Amino acid sequence: MNKVSLRSILSQLLLLLFVIIWILPTFGLFISSLRDKDLLAISGWWSALTTTNVNEIYRMQGMDEQNQADNYFIITDNLFKKNSGKKIETFGITSKKINEFKVGEVAIFKDKSTVTVNEDGLYIWKSENEFTKKKGKRLFITASSPPSFTFDNYKEVLFQEGIGQAFVNTIAVALPSTLIPLIICSYFAYALTWMQFFGRDTLLAIIIASLVVPLQMSLIPILTIYNDFGALFGVAAKSYPGVWMAHTGFGLASTTFLLRNFIKSLPNEMMEAAKVDGASHYDIFLRIIIPLSIPAFASIFILQFLWCWNDLLVGLVFLDQVPSEIILTAKLKELLGSRGENWEILTTGAFVSMTVPLFIFFALQRYFIRGLVAGSVKG
Amino acid sequence: MADININTVNKYYGDVHVIKDVSLDIKSQSFTVLVGPSGCGKSTMLRMIAGLEDINSGTISIDGQVVNDLPPKQRNIAMVFQSYALYPHMTVFDNMAFGLKLEKRSKDEINERVQEAARILQIEDYLHRKPKQLSGGQRQRVAIGRAITRKPKVFLFDEPLSNLDAALRVQMRVELAKLHDQLNATMIYVTHDQTEAMTLANDIVVLDEGIVSQNGSPMDLYHDPNNLFVGGFIGSPKMNFISTKITSKSSDKTEVDLMGSAKISIPKTSASASEGDAVQLGIRPEHLTVNADSDGSWESKVFVVEKLGSGTFLYLEKEGEPLVVETEGDSNIKVGDTVKVGFSASHCHLFDSSQQAFK
Amino acid sequence: MSILDISLIVCLGIVSFILYFHISNYILDFFGNNNLKRIKFENSIRVLIFIAPACIILFIFILYPVFETIRLSFYDKFGREFVGLYNYNWAVNDPEFKRSIFNNLAWLLVVPTLSTFFGLIIANLADRIWWGSIAKSIIFMPMAISFVGAGVIWKFIYEYRGPGDTQIGLLNAVIVSFGYEPQAWLTIPIWNNFFLMAIMIWIQTGLALVIFSAALRGIPKEMIEAARIDGASELKIFFSIIIPFLEQTILVIWTIITILVLKIFDIIFAMTNGEWQTGVLANLMYDWMFRGGGDSGRGSVLAIVIMIGVFPIMAWNIYKHKQEQKI
Repeated sequence: MNKVSLRSILSQLLLLLFVIIWILPTFGLFISSLRDKDLLAISGWWSALTTTNVNEIYRMQGMDEQNQADNYFIITDNLFKKNSGKKIETFGITSKKINEFKVGEVAIFKDKSTVTVNEDGLYIWKSENEFTKKKGKRLFITASSPPSFTFDNYKEVLFQEGIGQAFVNTIAVALPSTLIPLIICSYFAYALTWMQFFGRDTLLAIIIASLVVPLQMSLIPILTIYNDFGALFGVAAKSYPGVWMAHTGFGLASTTFLLRNFIKSLPNEMMEAAKVDGASHYDIFLRIIIPLSIPAFASIFILQFLWCWNDLLVGLVFLDQVPSEIILTAKLKELLGSRGENWEILTTGAFVSMTVPLFIFFALQRYFIRGLVAGSVKG
Repeated sequence: MADININTVNKYYGDVHVIKDVSLDIKSQSFTVLVGPSGCGKSTMLRMIAGLEDINSGTISIDGQVVNDLPPKQRNIAMVFQSYALYPHMTVFDNMAFGLKLEKRSKDEINERVQEAARILQIEDYLHRKPKQLSGGQRQRVAIGRAITRKPKVFLFDEPLSNLDAALRVQMRVELAKLHDQLNATMIYVTHDQTEAMTLANDIVVLDEGIVSQNGSPMDLYHDPNNLFVGGFIGSPKMNFISTKITSKSSDKTEVDLMGSAKISIPKTSASASEGDAVQLGIRPEHLTVNADSDGSWESKVFVVEKLGSGTFLYLEKEGEPLVVETEGDSNIKVGDTVKVGFSASHCHLFDSSQQAFK
Repeated sequence: MSILDISLIVCLGIVSFILYFHISNYILDFFGNNNLKRIKFENSIRVLIFIAPACIILFIFILYPVFETIRLSFYDKFGREFVGLYNYNWAVNDPEFKRSIFNNLAWLLVVPTLSTFFGLIIANLADRIWWGSIAKSIIFMPMAISFVGAGVIWKFIYEYRGPGDTQIGLLNAVIVSFGYEPQAWLTIPIWNNFFLMAIMIWIQTGLALVIFSAALRGIPKEMIEAARIDGASELKIFFSIIIPFLEQTILVIWTIITILVLKIFDIIFAMTNGEWQTGVLANLMYDWMFRGGGDSGRGSVLAIVIMIGVFPIMAWNIYKHKQEQKI
């Protein structure tokens, strides 16, 4: 019994290790996207999770802010510009002894002026003589900083960096690119399964072969066709309908294949019963196949939608890289090049691009897995 | 109203010849059962009548009209499938109304017809359920109901009871017989179960390897099988067969050897048979007697006794297959006993080497 | 374009396809009658309506391009003049091409193997632990993310800062905390390939995992129990019952990931753009599609090399399909 439970603990630990390794990268990205961009650039995302001690230097206000009360000149303000939740523990007035005083204690400068600092950053700097310098003196503080998060990065990325527009563009690419093949292929798959016609078996073999044809084989000829088409009719060679059709073409084989496998699994006798009932092929398709295929449609929809949403190459080749057409993945790639050091933009942008897939993933995981297991072979 | 004529019909699946020159006349309002072992072509025959399979040669006509090229919907038929083939996403009502809706009937008419069929089949309470929520027997009724609502001239049944358990099967069998009386329609029924065939049919067609082996009323087939196959196929338990030889022959009688222990003279002859020919003697278990006077007898040891209450089956040692004897009631014969089995000459059948029966 | 414009053309695009099928079938039904000779004709028209759009798209986007790409590979950079094997000759002597082939082979060797291996192990571990399905969800999650998104995630992991600075990349932070020098991982030739492969393995393990999980559920419990009664150890059961049972599944997963890896483009394009000797065929091809105004000849040759890679799989698929059809 002991041995068995030892084995169980070992396997739990091993699995836990895998889970941690797998979740950590995404988790780090998510945390980073919520951090202040200045902190992001100077400390690892993991430090944002716990209360940490930070050493900071602030300069007090200068002579312009002084007030006179009783016989003292007083400058008072908060060191922290915004409420960050930081708590000051110790402070100092020289860089050599930054921890000289505890909060609440009074420190005396060489010019006899005194200063006390509160935990929340409020300081009172008192002097019998009038302050005469434009700049205040420096304070060195040690503060404990609790985890703090902000949506500022999201605001910036969505509205200033063009990720918001790219998000809309991606929907405009992915939605028709998923629905059009689904419509076309459901008819096609039905015909391949239940209709008798010359060349049916050959067509099926072509579909099976097309499943694995790399889309690189099609890029150059299709681009040529689009360019010729655009020149001939005086329209843009790269456009949304062009991308839809390209995605439809590249997803056609796998969509047809999966749908056919599903339709083929429906009982033969049911189709015959419908035929005897007087249904034409179109009646059978609309009233029997479509309602019964909803689960299969869901699976295939998810697979194709995620494929289109996550695609980079097709969007890169068949769309202009302009704000009104650029898709999320292409935009991200562009940002990787141009804003490679601005991690707040990259992490947030990446997370925005992942929202839809992750939503689909968590809401419809069952259908997603079913689709993959049904023999996912993507062309 | 709806005679069906099948004239020298042939069907091939690739190189396989599954229906060989079959000709049949099915009378209007009859209950015809196509019976045979699996792979004999009976389902194919039914599906050709339905229009679900092409006919390679020959003609099928319903009511005098050749229907070879007509799609199923124009043949005025309805079909009940083995797996019920209900539409799982529709309610019982919609299942039964589907055909009528396609014919673009009025709502009132559809409603009326479905209600009527539901009443006949006693499924009025389930009309708003989905097939998944029904038991096997209820699903079977819905499948039949779907056929009834369309008021076809011909009902086709493809092994409709084979997915039900034994008790339900008996019950549905009775109801089908009742339904036939009620509807007065032509019904063609395919089964591999000879009991169903015997109990339901006016007319049985025994198919064997794509050929009509015999066609007639149940009792014709029981008493006068045309050949060894029909003899063995019809009747339960199976007819006993004993290999033997003709010892002598006259104008109206044939005498054969009975296990070397006796001879029996059977009032049947065949023109082609002659003395010394090997023949099969067939006799049903219920026609054998135990320890009683008879036209010929033979003694053997009992090695299995099956008591059913209403009767007892004795399995007797014989070269080859055991000989089965059915006795009435609870017999006191035990395993190991030696019994004298009596043959009644008038119930004996003889089959020649080409398996044809002596008449 | 505003959101309104975009949603308008999106709807228009989708609706037009629905209308095509509906109207054409409606017209056919409208003109159809029950004339015996017309029925056959009507059926052929119906077949045509059902398959025409798919067939046309299949032809334009898959079949024609395959032959056109083969043709272009024998022509000059504009596809005008026949140059024979010139482009192939160029490829064989091009160091970048050799590097790409070498990298692609390394990817093919490492990624499918490790993804399948991890997937198998995790599927088996998760199968018998109560929180296994949560673990599976987490490990499967990267499957939903784009390669570029995964690229950003991992670039952040590999981020490099000079030796004195605080490391914000996880990997370097770990290395530094053990007292080693931080490294610019993606710029170390040869090794950087493996850092890129890690991303693909991270993604594809989920695929292997879910397919294995489904297959594991298909193993009859009685079989395992019978083996246990026969006295087989858990390890023995794993190697002599579970592995042979999953043989077919392993092959399928291997094939799927192999095909994906042959076409791998996004990750390298986003992370290094093929620099520091990380280029693969698909990147080189993309490069040649646009480099110097585009060279369709060289691009086509590279596409064909990828195609040759999937060819055995294609042949095997068709062979299997033919076998199934016979039954």
